Amino acid sequence: MLNFVVRRLLAMLPVLLAVSLLTFLIASLLPGDLALVILGDQATPENVAALRRDMGLDQPLWWRYLSWLGHVLQGDLGRSYRTGQTVLQAVAERIPVSLQLMLMAEFIGLLIGVPVAIACAARAGDAFDRFMTGSAFAMLSMPSFLVAILLIYLFAVELHWLPATGYVPFTEEPLGNLRFFVLPALTLALAEWPGIMRVLRSDMIATLQEDYIALAKAKGLKPARILFVHALKPSSLTLVTVTGINIGRLLGGTLIVESIFALPGIGRLLVGAIYTRDLVILQGVVLLVASGFVIVNFIVDMLYAVLDPRIRHGHA
Amino acid sequence: MSSPLLTIADVAVELPTPRGNLRAVDHVDLSLEAGRTLGIVGESGCGKTMLSRAVLQLLPKKAKLTGRVMFDGQDLARLAPESLRRLRGRDLAVVFQDPMTSLNPVLTIGTQLMETIQEHLELDAPEARKRSIELLAAVGIPAPEQRLTQYPHQCSGGMRQRIAIAIALSCEPKLLIADEPTTALDVTIQAQILDLLAREQRRRHMAMIIITHDLGVVAGRADEVAVMYAGRVVERAPTSALFKRMHMPYTEALLAAIPKLDAAPHTPLPAISGRPPDPTRPLRGCSFAPRCRYATGRCHEAKPALTSAEMPDHLYACFHPIQLAEGVGA
Repeated sequence: MLNFVVRRLLAMLPVLLAVSLLTFLIASLLPGDLALVILGDQATPENVAALRRDMGLDQPLWWRYLSWLGHVLQGDLGRSYRTGQTVLQAVAERIPVSLQLMLMAEFIGLLIGVPVAIACAARAGDAFDRFMTGSAFAMLSMPSFLVAILLIYLFAVELHWLPATGYVPFTEEPLGNLRFFVLPALTLALAEWPGIMRVLRSDMIATLQEDYIALAKAKGLKPARILFVHALKPSSLTLVTVTGINIGRLLGGTLIVESIFALPGIGRLLVGAIYTRDLVILQGVVLLVASGFVIVNFIVDMLYAVLDPRIRHGHA
Repeated sequence: MSSPLLTIADVAVELPTPRGNLRAVDHVDLSLEAGRTLGIVGESGCGKTMLSRAVLQLLPKKAKLTGRVMFDGQDLARLAPESLRRLRGRDLAVVFQDPMTSLNPVLTIGTQLMETIQEHLELDAPEARKRSIELLAAVGIPAPEQRLTQYPHQCSGGMRQRIAIAIALSCEPKLLIADEPTTALDVTIQAQILDLLAREQRRRHMAMIIITHDLGVVAGRADEVAVMYAGRVVERAPTSALFKRMHMPYTEALLAAIPKLDAAPHTPLPAISGRPPDPTRPLRGCSFAPRCRYATGRCHEAKPALTSAEMPDHLYACFHPIQLAEGVGA
């Protein structure tokens, strides 16, 4: 098991390195001279050249990458030229919002997706299964901005149950904070559950054909025990993968949903950085988000081992 | 004579397929008394596994079962799901062919044993655990206590089949169905598993059905043998009578197809030529006629019924029974 963990950890290193290189390149390849952007169009060529020298922009690309990487490895991701905030400060300020949104969205998504998948797999092919599979398809094809607007219309405008936009920190007003998060989380969850439901349903249907399920029936076990103990665990590997990918994706914030509901998360930070050409913030945030994604995937691999003893013991 | 523990009466199983209905089991009658062993023999696809699934009520959802499966005075085919559930695993147990796939890979051996015991017997966890250890010891598993926390993949194939047998025996069933229990195992393990089954059967006085494609497996172990071909029982007799004088050409061919140790090297095996008929296109005459060296025109025209001649308990379905004077048969 320890061997397995170490192997997975080592495998992460080249991925993280590649991520850092790509992030750096994408930010550097954006058109336009950063020094010119910062100084504005009134700047003299001498001033621009001086700033370029100060920022190291006159150095070759590979040199700039290595020096940035060197700083990153020392924990210095740089600071915004606009606000003077460091990348870590900016992210630390925004991440609780995106994290809370992600957790609530995944929780609601699993809460809908998993029971529906089990119910469908247990009676695959009947009217309920066909209806839910069809509904999942329909939900999957609805863009999130449309779902967001429909939810706002229904729950905020018509019913006045929930606020349409806004945010208060949990520490200031816990209930109010949750009220602000319900609609955005629901918007994301409505896009998440169809995927969750479809992978779990098809894996469950395959598992239910297994010999050991026939034996579980022949042993006279209760149907609920067969479904939840004998079938769910061996069927949930793909589910864990999908959930991991979802979490990794939502970790980086959601540009559209955070914008619509005016939530100050990572997504809005990124959008702002792109608009203002705040390359240091952009580069740093993308690197952090991508690293978070890699780490979530590492955790997913560890979960496989928890779910399937054969992986834990190095078989299969 | 007491009434039999299991009576299979006129059981037929049809499976819908894209090419039409497949008749997997074609009006079979069998019975088995408490404590006795019935061997069901036939080649792949002859319906023997489907017949056992019909008894266990584990047929695929789309399969259509007709006839009656009377077990201990109740018709399993018409039993409510909850009553059936209470019966399965307690009075009616099964050992499947492949122990690599019949145990759940993500549950410990202890869980898989104890859940059956606790479902059917009123035992608390420590008692169920104690019983599990006893069962594992009884089926010849060394260090049974350590095995409880292990997973199936940590055991060999033979071990796994022993564990599957321990699960089947856990609630003292009245009937154990062993569906090709040794086919997936190494030859050296096969005899051990069969001997284990026979020993536990005698000790617990349970009835057993052994399903196999190998006449050699049932030879010394079954009280009665039913030979199946194309969904039908084509010969049925007490084991000793069958091996002394088989009447059905198919049974003879099955026996001839077993390799003999004393045969000279490079002796070709007399394999049965051809293949069983397409079960979605039943033949008008005897199903074995196209492959039978005794077949005549009559065999292609009409189906021979299952009848007896010299001995009332030796049944066969053939117009030209071997080792019987011609014309004695139906």
